[in-house]
Amino acid sequence: MGVAHPTEIGVEPGVAAAVSRLTVVPQRRYGIWVGTAFALLLAFLIIRAFASNPAFAWGTAAGYLFHPSIMRGLGNTLVLTVIIMLLAIVVGTVIAIMRVSPSPVLRAFAGVYVWFFRGVPALIQLIFWFNLSLLVREISLTLPFLGTLFSVRTNDFMTPFFSAVVALSLCEAGYMAEIIRAGIKSVPSGQAEAASALGMPYRMILKRITLPQAMRFVLPPTGNEAINLLKMTSLVTFIAVDDLFYTAQSIYARTFETIPLLIVVAFWYLAVVSILSVGQHFLERHFGRSDTRREPLTMRALRNAISLRGVAR
Amino acid sequence: MSDVRSENRARFGVPANSMVFARGVRKTYGSLEVLKGVDFDVPEGSVACIIGPSGSGKSTFLRCINHLEKLSGGILLVDSQFVGYDLQGDRLYEVKDDLLCQRRAEIGMLFQSFNLFSHMTVMENLIEAPTQVRRIPVDQARAEAEVLLRRVGLADKVDRYPRELSGGQQQRVAIARAMAMKPKVLLFDEPTSALDPELVGEVLQVMRDLAESGMTMVVVTHEIGFAREIGDQLVFMDGGVIVERGAPREMIANPQSPRTREFLSRVL
Repeated sequence: MGVAHPTEIGVEPGVAAAVSRLTVVPQRRYGIWVGTAFALLLAFLIIRAFASNPAFAWGTAAGYLFHPSIMRGLGNTLVLTVIIMLLAIVVGTVIAIMRVSPSPVLRAFAGVYVWFFRGVPALIQLIFWFNLSLLVREISLTLPFLGTLFSVRTNDFMTPFFSAVVALSLCEAGYMAEIIRAGIKSVPSGQAEAASALGMPYRMILKRITLPQAMRFVLPPTGNEAINLLKMTSLVTFIAVDDLFYTAQSIYARTFETIPLLIVVAFWYLAVVSILSVGQHFLERHFGRSDTRREPLTMRALRNAISLRGVAR
Repeated sequence: MSDVRSENRARFGVPANSMVFARGVRKTYGSLEVLKGVDFDVPEGSVACIIGPSGSGKSTFLRCINHLEKLSGGILLVDSQFVGYDLQGDRLYEVKDDLLCQRRAEIGMLFQSFNLFSHMTVMENLIEAPTQVRRIPVDQARAEAEVLLRRVGLADKVDRYPRELSGGQQQRVAIARAMAMKPKVLLFDEPTSALDPELVGEVLQVMRDLAESGMTMVVVTHEIGFAREIGDQLVFMDGGVIVERGAPREMIANPQSPRTREFLSRVL
């Protein structure tokens, strides 16, 4: 509603006139003007440097933008990101549920998992899994009476792609577990209590009450994790998975067009990150729906504008 | 089932019309003894109000009734049956979770902070337990929920989310949600303590209607007026024991124990 107009509350005419004569003088903010000028100057210098330096070779970069190898690399990067993120969410959820379980053994197991996989750098985990055959020559399942059911040599299935998926999803699951655990903890305990009082068993409470409410808290950091993961997959270059960065590298190793190809790589990472950010925004809106008023923002803004018109000075 | 009840009645001297029957209920957390032997009877269709200072154990006792808290000693029977145990000979076996849930579903509970599921609409809150726990078809559950919402005067709020409702409306929805499971008894844990004073009345009115319809109710409350008007018995708890019990009017007008007198003089 805002402030009532002086005449509506029956102020004496003299006072009303004195009130309506008043004007508000905005505070002078000189620091902001200086800062703005400085930022504009800096932006100008950067753009000029980018545009005038021939070493950037924008034309060459544009030529490689949709190069078939680059497209294949981009495809692999996206596939890796999606597979690893999905696995990380599944494993992370399991670890998070273990971390809040009543059993101290499960809690400790999950704690050690998070401690280890978050503590060791991703690149080292990656190279470790890629070299698993140095540790374990073959993996076999042998049962008494039945003999050996199957046996595979580690090198046959630990391809670069497979090691990348295993290493990075186990590592990412450590981060996801912490995010999901924080989400579960953020749901007030009264929710689970009310559900128990209604006769819902523990598993049902987790599935139908706690986890859906945790989603609201879990989604924003998960979006950030997806973006981080997208960039983290560039590590697989070290074990020769032909992702976006690797294909670019193998082109500029041949042609020495290093900077243009790095620009192409940066462009595609930025493009995908931008799309992910938009998707994250819509997901958050979907899961936050019990939070927001049903009235659309535009309607509210319009109504406020109308109701404020009368009191504008 | 029924012979378990008659067996329990014969063995522990449970009256035939008993809904809640407690003898020597104790509860300890480590070395802290919160309940020090509580005897308590609620006949079917009656309303028992429990008053007492905070920390007196009244909420803990309420939570023992539906086994949200395990007893440390004594027995507690609802409708002449143990909630969390099966009695065989002289041994009380803790029951499996699904059986415990079945029995708990017959005991409704209301909380100070309402605890409506905040990611669900009013209707979803009401049909959640009937459809998920009791496996009632959704259409039937919705129809029953609509009747209950009319009864608490909130038929127009079916598609609202909890945070769009006032505290009083939320607590009325919570009562309807508990009633949707057709409980034998309703437990109220300070149902109006978190409400603005002008919203207390609408919740008490719904509770009054329930009491008049013959619902068995155990109410932990600070609303002495409600206890006097609606309660069939009044219990004053302090320090983990029941200090005094009696008919509400006489007890409020003429408390026997000095502790009861002191407490009543502070809240009245």
